[in-house]
Amino acid sequence: MNKNIPLLKRYLPVALGGLMLTASIGLMSNSGFETEKPKKFTEADLKVDTVASGLTMPWASALLPNGDMLVTERGGKLRLVTGGKLDPKEVTGIPEVFYKGQGGLLDIALHPDYKTNGWIYISYSSPKASGEEGDEGGANTALMRAKLKDHALTDIQPLFKALPNVKGNPHFGGRIVFDKKGYVFLSLGERGQKQNAQELSRDQGKVVRLHEDGKIPKDNPFVSTAGARPEIWTYGHRNPQGMIIHPTTGVIWEHEHGPQGGDELNIIEKGKNYGWPLITFGIDYDNSIISKDTARAGLEQPVVYWKPSIAPCGMTFVTSDKFKDWNGDLLVGSLKFMYLQHLVVKGNKVISREIIFDKIGRVRDVRQAWDGNIYVVLENSGKVVRISPKS
Amino acid sequence: MRKIFAIIPALVFCSAILPQDDELAKSIERGKMVYSENCISCHMGTGEGVTATFPPLAKSDYLMETPESAIKAIKFGLIGKIKVNGVDYDNMMPNPGLGNDEIADVTNYIMNTWGNSSEKKMITEKMVDEIKEKK
Repeated sequence: MNKNIPLLKRYLPVALGGLMLTASIGLMSNSGFETEKPKKFTEADLKVDTVASGLTMPWASALLPNGDMLVTERGGKLRLVTGGKLDPKEVTGIPEVFYKGQGGLLDIALHPDYKTNGWIYISYSSPKASGEEGDEGGANTALMRAKLKDHALTDIQPLFKALPNVKGNPHFGGRIVFDKKGYVFLSLGERGQKQNAQELSRDQGKVVRLHEDGKIPKDNPFVSTAGARPEIWTYGHRNPQGMIIHPTTGVIWEHEHGPQGGDELNIIEKGKNYGWPLITFGIDYDNSIISKDTARAGLEQPVVYWKPSIAPCGMTFVTSDKFKDWNGDLLVGSLKFMYLQHLVVKGNKVISREIIFDKIGRVRDVRQAWDGNIYVVLENSGKVVRISPKS
Repeated sequence: MRKIFAIIPALVFCSAILPQDDELAKSIERGKMVYSENCISCHMGTGEGVTATFPPLAKSDYLMETPESAIKAIKFGLIGKIKVNGVDYDNMMPNPGLGNDEIADVTNYIMNTWGNSSEKKMITEKMVDEIKEKK
């Protein structure tokens, strides 16, 4: 201890100088003396335009190559926005949807080769069909694909249904992601049954991987595990409602609604266990302790977690030069606080987080479309807005 | 003035008092389950909500003085500005899609928990049924 004192004396002025310099830089940036530095891209360089309004509880959007847009409404309708106006006629062909609690018509995603094959993928809460495993009156998340012809879905193909059906209203997950190698990923909530996120015999609290036609890949991680469902790719999730592939690394990033103070951003890797409810940074909503551990061997740690919870819903990587130094960063929506967060990403780490577009609305979906702009679905105002650079 | 507005609904609800405390107790117990599945993640385990984001239910003037507004919110969802205990809220509560029986149960639960008391008045399924979306 004593040995350190001369050292401290010697470096104290340097350290103090450094501190003052840091402080003055801080002051300068707060007072706007930034003209000499290269201008940093900020929220102020962006504009927000409404591209669709009049929707009832919209959940997700997909911009078609011709500029029209498809929007899911949680109540069970698929809507078309054409020429900047919501078409009063709904798109037909959506199957029966369990619209209760958090359930309903959920995500929509165009196949990466949509222009040539026309496939549209849709996820929804599907009520128990006769002969299906699970609770009477229950439901679980399903995936289908179809093609759009005028105001109708055609060539409808049911691809997958999470089992068993569970009676209860929460946690359907529902995000769809393509990896451009011929696979589609679907995120599934644990349907309010924590422990079942750890059960490989059930689809609750999982991310599943399928071939684009719904067949189960033979090289999925649990294909030869006795009693395990072969579609499972990762497990130990609570309610994952955001998922996106990193544009250059091809890594899947996912976010999930956690318990109080335990929302997570994760990197999804084959066969891994993300720990719910064995480990968590949060406590239960009734203030009870779910686990005393935040880490345990064999269980994955989040990239970041949100405390307090922001209720993340919808996430995209910015992959457009139009967004300057935001290119490669993540934008995450907050249902709860009605804003977006801009997460600066370096490799597999998040190095900073900032709030943008405070009070924009209850964000359900955030995605970058083929035009390089960001489309945000707002549940409360029934709108889809486009975020794009001002110039 | 405000007191008068509080008394009118109170009278409406007094007229429907059911003497069976037992029925109320059972409804509250069922309502607790409905609450923990549908409401708790925003209104929180002790009904305190999240100030300026999600309104409180515990000792909430909005809930206790105008229970029909609260039932309407549970039955149809709620969008836009409201004031609760002097604080402005401008968020959205999606329609949770509950049955009228579940709405009665969860209302009885929230009106009789965390220091709230309906003074033994019970919300029934029939009362929920009679509440319409637009006045």
